Amino acid sequence: MADKKIVIEVKNVGKTFRLPHERASTLKQAFLTLHKRRYESFNVLRDVSFDIKQGEFFGILGRNGSGKSTLLKLLADIYAPTHGKIQVNGTLTPFIELGVGFNAELTGRENVFLNGAILGLTQKEIKQKYNEIVAFAELERFMDQKLKNYSSGMQVRLAFAIAIQAHNSILLIDEVLAVGDESFQDKCLKVFSQIKKDGQKTVVFVSHDMASVQRFCDRAVVIHDGNLVYEGKPANAVLEYRKLNFPETVLDASGKKRQPVRARLTDENGRHKSLFSTGDKAIMHVEWDPDERIKNVGVAIFKDDDYYMFGSNTIGDEVKVKGNKLEHKFEINFGGGHYYTRIGFFGETGNDKVHFINDGPMFSVNNPVAWQGASFVKHSWRNV
Amino acid sequence: MFKFLTPQNRSLLWQLVITDFKLRYQGSLLGYLWSLLKPLLLFGVLYGVFTYVLPLGKDVPHYGTYLLLGVVLWSFFVEATSMGMNSIVGRADMVRKVKVSKVAIVVASTLSASVNLLLNLIIVLFFMAITKVDIQPTVAFFPIILIELVALAMAMSFFLSALYVKYRDIAPIWEVVLQVLFYATPIIYPLTKVTSPYLRQLIMLSPLAQILQDSREMLITPVTITSHEILPLWLSIGLPAVIVVGLVVAAALFFRKSSKTFAENL
Repeated sequence: MADKKIVIEVKNVGKTFRLPHERASTLKQAFLTLHKRRYESFNVLRDVSFDIKQGEFFGILGRNGSGKSTLLKLLADIYAPTHGKIQVNGTLTPFIELGVGFNAELTGRENVFLNGAILGLTQKEIKQKYNEIVAFAELERFMDQKLKNYSSGMQVRLAFAIAIQAHNSILLIDEVLAVGDESFQDKCLKVFSQIKKDGQKTVVFVSHDMASVQRFCDRAVVIHDGNLVYEGKPANAVLEYRKLNFPETVLDASGKKRQPVRARLTDENGRHKSLFSTGDKAIMHVEWDPDERIKNVGVAIFKDDDYYMFGSNTIGDEVKVKGNKLEHKFEINFGGGHYYTRIGFFGETGNDKVHFINDGPMFSVNNPVAWQGASFVKHSWRNV
Repeated sequence: MFKFLTPQNRSLLWQLVITDFKLRYQGSLLGYLWSLLKPLLLFGVLYGVFTYVLPLGKDVPHYGTYLLLGVVLWSFFVEATSMGMNSIVGRADMVRKVKVSKVAIVVASTLSASVNLLLNLIIVLFFMAITKVDIQPTVAFFPIILIELVALAMAMSFFLSALYVKYRDIAPIWEVVLQVLFYATPIIYPLTKVTSPYLRQLIMLSPLAQILQDSREMLITPVTITSHEILPLWLSIGLPAVIVVGLVVAAALFFRKSSKTFAENL
């Protein structure tokens, strides 16, 4: 690897968003607050440096809000860095969002040309690749129909097909694998495996899916609160990422300063676990420093897009909190995806918060094979 | 500018312009005909009013065609700047999610409006033919005037689109400015109706007035007052050149500076 040339060079990059306390979106506000305009500077990234070499699969791990998406937009040259420099040698396709510029009133064919041009393909290149794109998307019969008549799955397939055909030397991928149906996901994975085998293209893969980072990446970095906290082997990066996001388990082991409240997620037998299949049972172990005020403990589960999946608390379930330890056993009835938890410690009512963990243990659920959707519903079929 | 015209950006421009063209009258019965009908209808109203109600143009030979040309050029300026202002905000998803030439987005909006302008000029030619306008040899200079007009509209589009990202009240402000310009420019009234020579000179300082009057002299009738007739020659050529070139340069610099933060501010 050492002799390969560097395609992306990130040097001391920082990004600060200046958020006005009250955003002036009209001139009047701008004039009125001209003299006493107050900004809140928000450092999304601080002094981040790394190099990516040609042909590498490079992973960027980080939680939602850690700054990884900002970093990706900086690499894609959508944002300009506040400090430092980013040097990119090569052409770059961002897979930050697929199908940018897609228009429902245009036909599939017209959208291919429009989206291709937006991704930086010339007219000639799109014409050459048109058949390949259509074949990959498996939409031969639909290309002269308006996009508004496509299902969302068809749109994603078309968008992915165009982006993958852009044939640029660097691909920036932001968890697009989470979209599309099972068979299309398989197809995408095959494409990535092929790209990896060819070793020509450089891929930057941004994710909080530890499994795919470990599977594909040659090297990875971990971004936490805007800082680059680890750079190196993906396996170590995943460990580092776990440490940061499940700090409780580490704190126990190293005997560092304890937090007043602790939580960890295990399987039924008490073994640490973060990847489940639907139907698995999980146990959330919650522990806190003895505190008389705490009478009610609640656990809430959110999907990574902040959708509130499920929440319950001890008072609601008519359980009396006796000591300073609880086991919360639950069955995972969710569809495939990534989830995080929030844990609250309250007094008698719901409003008197004592402690609150915003970033409780995270877990992932494998994509189910036999059914689709966000949650599992007990069901049956019967021939009549 | 030459760096801008890469094959990728040319293809992007082309796609943006034809998409706009395809979508513009989506779902309307008459489709593209509206591009031609709109200025024709406005012209019809103005012609009716200023021939029968308030006969302003009775001394001007071919007043109808004279008025139509004015309306067509003015409509272009209104359309190009309004579309230009909205171009970046209207394509916010593109600016925020992919690396795309923001210059191309604005230029595409001006080009779209220019396509319409050319279609409308065909109607003007048609009217010139049926009203038997004597073609002047100066018509050869008309393309220069057209380029001046397009450059002016494009420069304004760069300013407006960049400002509109930050301040949404640019839209009503620009509407009012356009109203003022409509009456400050000799579109419906012939300049001969303005009796004060100072006021005439003042009106003719505006590049829009100069563009309109020069176009009319070149295409329709030499009897119209142009800037080089009432202003010193150096001023009548120098001023529009300085204003338009100055605006284009200032707009380009301003746009380049502000476009860096479009993705964050949208």
